[in-house]
Amino acid sequence: MTVIEARGLRKTFGTTVALDGIDLRVEEGRILGLIGPNGAGKTTALNAILGLIPYQGELRVLGRDPWTERDRLMRDVCFIADVAVLPRWIKVSQLLDYVAGIHPRFDRAKAEGFLAKTTIRRASKVRELSKGMVTQLHLALVMAIDARLLVLDEPTLGLDILYRKQFYDSLLNDYFDRSRTIVVTTHQVEEIQNVLTDVMFIDRGRIVLTCSMEEFESRYLEVMVNPVQVSAARALKPMHERQALGRSILLFDLKLNHADRQQLAALGDVRTPGIADLFVAVMSNQAGPAQGVAQ
Amino acid sequence: MNTQSNALPKSPIASREIAPAAFSFARLMYWSVRRELEEYRFIYLAPLVVAAIALFSFTLSIIAGIWEQSLRLDPRHHLKSPFDMAAGLLMLTGILVSVFYCLDALHGERRDRSILFWKSLPVSDLTTVLSKASIPLVIFPLLTFAISLAMQWMMLLVGSAVLLVSGQSIARLWTNLSAFQMPLLLLYHLLTAHALWPAPVYCWLLLVSGWARRAPFLWAVLPLVVISGIENLAFHTWHFASLVGSRFIGNTSTITSTPDVFPTDPMTHITPGHFLATPGLWIGLAVAAAFLAAAVRLRRYQGPI
Repeated sequence: MTVIEARGLRKTFGTTVALDGIDLRVEEGRILGLIGPNGAGKTTALNAILGLIPYQGELRVLGRDPWTERDRLMRDVCFIADVAVLPRWIKVSQLLDYVAGIHPRFDRAKAEGFLAKTTIRRASKVRELSKGMVTQLHLALVMAIDARLLVLDEPTLGLDILYRKQFYDSLLNDYFDRSRTIVVTTHQVEEIQNVLTDVMFIDRGRIVLTCSMEEFESRYLEVMVNPVQVSAARALKPMHERQALGRSILLFDLKLNHADRQQLAALGDVRTPGIADLFVAVMSNQAGPAQGVAQ
Repeated sequence: MNTQSNALPKSPIASREIAPAAFSFARLMYWSVRRELEEYRFIYLAPLVVAAIALFSFTLSIIAGIWEQSLRLDPRHHLKSPFDMAAGLLMLTGILVSVFYCLDALHGERRDRSILFWKSLPVSDLTTVLSKASIPLVIFPLLTFAISLAMQWMMLLVGSAVLLVSGQSIARLWTNLSAFQMPLLLLYHLLTAHALWPAPVYCWLLLVSGWARRAPFLWAVLPLVVISGIENLAFHTWHFASLVGSRFIGNTSTITSTPDVFPTDPMTHITPGHFLATPGLWIGLAVAAAFLAAAVRLRRYQGPI
């Protein structure tokens, strides 16, 4: 089942092209990571999907037009925006009451259960909670909603590593199943590499790479080349080369290169590259320099 | 997943209803209004504080015998009984609170970015804007009514107790029951002069609070001043200013037949027929509805500022 389907999705702000006609299709049960430098159009794409901004082109989310049917769509879609957006004046108990009051798919007992694992008190106001606790609270609300699509835009920005790890652990263990779909953007790419089922690189409003993680693992290979074999390895036309600890690390696209796994393994230590490394490689192969680096 | 798909095939889920039965409009309104009251607690705290102060001063004054003189006067000639003054104070509070509420209602959520959270929930912009508009137009008049009534009864009881203890007749206090002591007239006055008549003003303030990036008060007032100024420079008249002013202060002559005077037998002076027949009322409501429609449309486009 297709959850998100976009064709020629385009959005401009004045003369700035934020989305340059992207095509996108996300099936049910996938966890898609949207990776790109700042200003690449990630948030714009998510905002269009969530019905927060008008757009040009075709877009269907769960069969609905997000711009005209946002309120109905939000029964089946949840999102956590880039920074804590929970109203600061509200008490935790008031927030639970309110969401239970207006959301037909909210399971209050479930939310209480998630909150019981934290130190968040019902009588606290959001402004009294630490940033990590606000994120825990928001996640508890969202996980208690039986939604079909969850959109996360930099959900762990500004959190320490313990909260970040816990965030994705909860999401995977207590929430995700094959009937749900998650779209996430983050700069902490390496932390979600094992979480994702699909990855998509986006730059200057265009999709520059899209593949499933299975394809990612079989297609891209990173070789830490033995010093004496560097020139032999370079002859195989790696898509990118970098230096680390005095050794050359070459990244190969096995689909484009004619080299195979065994051949490369003979040149040094081979491993699956990190998404961030592939991102840098793809960006540096683009026409111009990338504006930033996903890290 | 598969991008760059060549065609957009007919989605199999388009025909299927995904969400379960949605909650009713009334339920969404109830929770939205409740949320407003929880966020803007001054909506009920301000009138309660004013009522408490009025009650306290009244108690002090009746002990000190300040009202002695005025209570003895013929109420027919005495316009402001302590009850009317206290009710009037509450109404003034109501106007102030409503103005400040309206100017912040659609601005605050964008300023603190919480609009992103509210928009992540299945509540339409229409419901949200209507719930916010209902605060000055419905909730506040009813709240003022309830608090005024309670306050006046407390004043009456406290006054009677003080007079009885000091051995005076309480008859003077009870014969002084005035216009606002009559609940029906009070309610009528609140709903007409404080809700229906100034509705375009409140809806204008809501619209500006949803539009302005900063300083909504300035943006709400400035156009009115500029239009009045231009009119005065061009035609030497003040029609626009007096039009706006009448909306704010209330055009009591269309609401009761005897403006500014609330006689002892007020029921005969309520003129809903006259009020409802005023074209100004309907023009005002139409303008208010247009402002609200614009505010609803605007909120769809608005994000955090």
